[in-house]
Amino acid sequence: MVATFRRARKGGVVASFGADEARIIRHVLSEMVELLGPDDTLEEDPLAAAVGIGTATTTPDDPALARLFPDGYTDDSEASADFRRYTEPGLRAAKREALQTALETLGDGGEKVTLTPDQAEAWLRALNDTRLVLGERLGVTEAWDELVESLEENDPRLGLFWVYDRLTYLQETLVQSLWAAP
Amino acid sequence: MSVAPVEIEQPDTESVVLPDKPWVTIVWNDPVNLMSYVAFVFQKHFGYSREKATELMMDVHERGKAVVSNGTREEMERDVEAMHGYGLWATMQHDE
Repeated sequence: MVATFRRARKGGVVASFGADEARIIRHVLSEMVELLGPDDTLEEDPLAAAVGIGTATTTPDDPALARLFPDGYTDDSEASADFRRYTEPGLRAAKREALQTALETLGDGGEKVTLTPDQAEAWLRALNDTRLVLGERLGVTEAWDELVESLEENDPRLGLFWVYDRLTYLQETLVQSLWAAP
Repeated sequence: MSVAPVEIEQPDTESVVLPDKPWVTIVWNDPVNLMSYVAFVFQKHFGYSREKATELMMDVHERGKAVVSNGTREEMERDVEAMHGYGLWATMQHDE
């Protein structure tokens, strides 16, 4: 069974996953939640934390996190630092929430799952963020085919490439399902 | 009393001063984001037609980047934040 999304007749989308696929997807989405980590970037000042102002002002060292939370200004590190303080905690929370929604609605596979438009959008963001991180870890380029062909048969990255490829297909079916909606 | 009709000078529409929109949001190409997804996001967030959203997406894809919106600094900060929320690689800068 190949995991897909398709448009539901009454709005929203229907997901069908095989049991094995559901397990693999659960695994990678859970790893994403872990990567995003707890809200330790929030300002210790409770008032600042309450309005979502953080302490982080520099680009994350982990390139995958740097891709999820890029600098906000093209050429102004000071303004980027300020922008990060005001936006990163909220973005991090929203990304984590989207992943949680996907995990909660994933099910065990083998049966169709109907998603509301909001849940479908959470899936869309969760799948995209997951692919961004996998893509960064794997060094994905636009010459995707050549890259995969260049790997040795016993290269440990091949499995992750397979997962990345499945998630790409899954996300594409989700975009098309949402776009078809009136 | 009467007023002689005067020729009121109509401002040339070309020279009407537009509201000051000196900041731009730029989306940069990356090898992971799906073309369909990027166009979908442009349509959804900016309210562009599917045609315009697709055109902008192709600009990003082929030229490496595209200006997707302009406005005040505050407006662009909101757009950049929204793009980061969608996982698009966006930055803002003062338009020169």
